Amino acid sequence: MDNKNSCRASLLLARFRGWVQAGAALLTNLHLPNFFRGRLYQGAGKAVCVPGLNCYSCPAASGACPIGAFQAVVGSSKFRFSYYITGTLILLGVLLGRFICGFLCPFGWFQELLHKLPTKKLSTRKLRPLTYLKYAVLLVMVVLLPALTVNEVGMGDPFFCKYLCPQGVLEGAIPLSLTNAGIRAALGTLFTRKLSILLTVAVLSVVFYRPFCKWLCPLGAFYALLNKVSLFQMQVDPNKCISCGKCAKACQMDVDITKTPNHTECIRCGMCVRACPTHAVAFRYGFGNGRQNTTETTMED
Amino acid sequence: MCYDSGRKMKRVMNLSHIRKTAVQALLLIAGAAMLCFGAWRGEAATVLSKAINLCLECVGIG
Repeated sequence: MDNKNSCRASLLLARFRGWVQAGAALLTNLHLPNFFRGRLYQGAGKAVCVPGLNCYSCPAASGACPIGAFQAVVGSSKFRFSYYITGTLILLGVLLGRFICGFLCPFGWFQELLHKLPTKKLSTRKLRPLTYLKYAVLLVMVVLLPALTVNEVGMGDPFFCKYLCPQGVLEGAIPLSLTNAGIRAALGTLFTRKLSILLTVAVLSVVFYRPFCKWLCPLGAFYALLNKVSLFQMQVDPNKCISCGKCAKACQMDVDITKTPNHTECIRCGMCVRACPTHAVAFRYGFGNGRQNTTETTMED
Repeated sequence: MCYDSGRKMKRVMNLSHIRKTAVQALLLIAGAAMLCFGAWRGEAATVLSKAINLCLECVGIG
């Protein structure tokens, strides 16, 4: 009975994922009138990090971007490490894991919407080694360079935000430059370079599924490290699974859920839940491995 | 023989269940402690001051 309910809830969550993503993007960018005013929200809410990749220079942003905030603290003259942001990310990672990527990240949603454009789609299965690139981005551009490459007053640049992050251009530079002539006039070579990164990611998103999440996102890399111990997990019922392989075929993150239910690349999008003909795959929330795995051997006995 | 291996398997799974629960609980405690310590030493104020002003690097100005 419990299992049936969990299957039904999983299916429902997977089916309405688009709506959850839209709602999460709206909650992350709650101050919509600021788009027309051409200024940022400046309330106390900005001291708290949002779970997804969302630039705090977006006029509507209701919180701080965890990656930007980490670099801001590490690159400040007062601190060399951020316990505040690391603690927040550990909590979010353990409580939700990469469910955040699949359901709550506005930039992930943006890439998914682009992927819905009716064109030829390409597989990323052969490009799997590129998934390790995001860990290098996290270590080098987010942690090491802002802390170690400092100026005379001990301040470091936010390397990821400055040279790689396309979200700042999409959510910050473009809407602000449309309403603010001063910002428009100040945009130069760096903006052009970052705009070309955004355009490249956008074009790649049309043919590949979530290229930025798979290969470059440092936030996804951090959550991926905690995906195996996250309370939000995938569960495959071995008694129901008929090994048809439909879940692996449906997975656009190139994960075989039956072999590794809590793979680092699994964003809990629920494609496998929807594809499974016997409802063997479901979401699970809780400590440990769940009852499923412990009862499995009893049945074998 | 089969019964023994079944029991052994069950014990291993229970152990991994306990170990995973312990790791999850430890990480949650560590995360909460780090968050509180960071806020106490003034990191939240640094985040706020950065987040309420236009980030020039983020938008591609400088």
